[in-house]
Amino acid sequence: MKPELESTIKALNKAFKIKTSEFCGDVSVHFTADKIVDACRMMRDELEFTLLSTMTAVDLGVDNEPRFNVLYYFTSVTKNLSIGFLVPVSGKNPSLPTVSGIFRNANWRERELWDLFGIKFEGHPDLRRIFMPDEWEGHPLRKDYPLGYEEPQFTFNFEEIDVRKPYAKE
Amino acid sequence: MTQLEEVTVDQIKHLVSERAVKGETMLLNMGPQHPSTHGVLRLLLELDGETVVNCIPAIGYLHTGIEKNMEARNYAQAEVMTDRLDYLNTVGNNLAYSMAIEKLVELDVPYRAQSIRVILVELQRISSHLIWLGTTGLDVAAMSTFLYCFREREAIMDILEMCSGQRMMTTYIRPGGVWRDVPVEFEAAVRNFIKTFPRRIDEYEALLTRNPLFLDRTLGIGTISAEVAINYGMTGPALRATGVNWDLRKARPYCGYEQYDFEVPTASEGDVYARFMVRMQELRQSLRIVEQALDKMPMGPVRSSNHKFVPPPRSEIGVSMEALIHHFKLWTEGFSAPKGAIYQSVESPRGELGVYLVSDGGPKPYRIHWRTPSFDNLQALPYMAKGLLIADLVAIIGSVDIVLGDVDR
Repeated sequence: MKPELESTIKALNKAFKIKTSEFCGDVSVHFTADKIVDACRMMRDELEFTLLSTMTAVDLGVDNEPRFNVLYYFTSVTKNLSIGFLVPVSGKNPSLPTVSGIFRNANWRERELWDLFGIKFEGHPDLRRIFMPDEWEGHPLRKDYPLGYEEPQFTFNFEEIDVRKPYAKE
Repeated sequence: MTQLEEVTVDQIKHLVSERAVKGETMLLNMGPQHPSTHGVLRLLLELDGETVVNCIPAIGYLHTGIEKNMEARNYAQAEVMTDRLDYLNTVGNNLAYSMAIEKLVELDVPYRAQSIRVILVELQRISSHLIWLGTTGLDVAAMSTFLYCFREREAIMDILEMCSGQRMMTTYIRPGGVWRDVPVEFEAAVRNFIKTFPRRIDEYEALLTRNPLFLDRTLGIGTISAEVAINYGMTGPALRATGVNWDLRKARPYCGYEQYDFEVPTASEGDVYARFMVRMQELRQSLRIVEQALDKMPMGPVRSSNHKFVPPPRSEIGVSMEALIHHFKLWTEGFSAPKGAIYQSVESPRGELGVYLVSDGGPKPYRIHWRTPSFDNLQALPYMAKGLLIADLVAIIGSVDIVLGDVDR
């Protein structure tokens, strides 16, 4: 771990009692959902991590509980450091408090997570689907969502498949 | 086919002002098929006459599900899709992906391969900036720059084709090095480009930099402060135009960028013109890097010799049993990466391009997330465009330099 990062971890530990892990030089801090908003505010205002590089989630599998792991990845432009926050989210009615009031780009990032993973963000000003069409059913990046493909049509079953194939007819 | 439903103002009233609900302002749809939106970006505009009261971007028209698709393929197969993300920075996408895998499996890259990577990535940066310059010129009614830019871009496309056999979708940079060594004509072609290109930049500058028509459209338009820009997650030239000196090539050098002497251009105004100036200077800096990398390029192998991850050369397969086994394993199953998650970022022409890669120990990525710079840069558009004219909005979209393949993934 970089020595400069240790002071950040210390400050976070003092405020929130956290666990950290390291892999390939990337430091991750493990948080619970109720602390994440305060932690994000502290990162921006006190610890100079003003850039929320990315936000994403991982579906750990349908049978896992908690099912999702949400990543908040911060970068400090002034200190040249990066750190990731990992927040476990339950698979039953998954939800997290929004941080879009603290980091403005979290607005679309959270919409993306709602669209592709079905994680609800409480208090989000505009939680609509962002990539998929509004009337889409399901959340594509979940592991139980099948990777779709186009059904091949042959002469003997062309008509049969054509009936259920989704494309603009006529 | 699903029936298209008409969206009423009630459904979007949290996005527009109260005057729109009363019908005092006009709601106008711009795009997704519109030449000034640089792809398939749709904007819902709330207009008071010509003034933009609110601008609501709707994205996703180019969503291809690349992240989901990559989960179903092994590491070698998934790389092909990285080209399709940001189609103006294909080599850079390959680089980010390859570096993520190299970090995960701890693979070394030979020096020659690193030099080749730097040369191609910087050439690609120039070509991407040329497209930006040409199309932005078109947006603000400067037709001739567009033609000039595409002429020079062609020379870079020829160099890429010479190396990889493809003009755009190169897949040339692979985990552990590059696909093959560059051909003998490569050096002469790049030297020729280095020789002619500075004069071309002067030409573009003569056309635009002091052109009063261009200054009218760009000076003081779409201003954003450094603090707000960072809060919106903006990176790359758009952030540097607000005065923040943040370039991953300098801050966290990779591929041997620390050996090259170059500057990170910044500007302080944060308007369309500042972004224009930053990118124009970046063209010259990139050219400097290419020249130095070409001078310092050592001889030697271009692929790692760790054949657990990198396919052995064809010549070895006939004589070495071990090489044959590696070849067979790599082509039937692919290699497995250790269990864990990493984040690796590089500086793309548009900003921080990051890959978050989660491995479960198998030959396929368990989850791969692309932190694409355009996605965050575009979010600041409504902020920058508020209160300006539609014509200014067009200039701002151009200056942010979005690629919709990069936004929608």
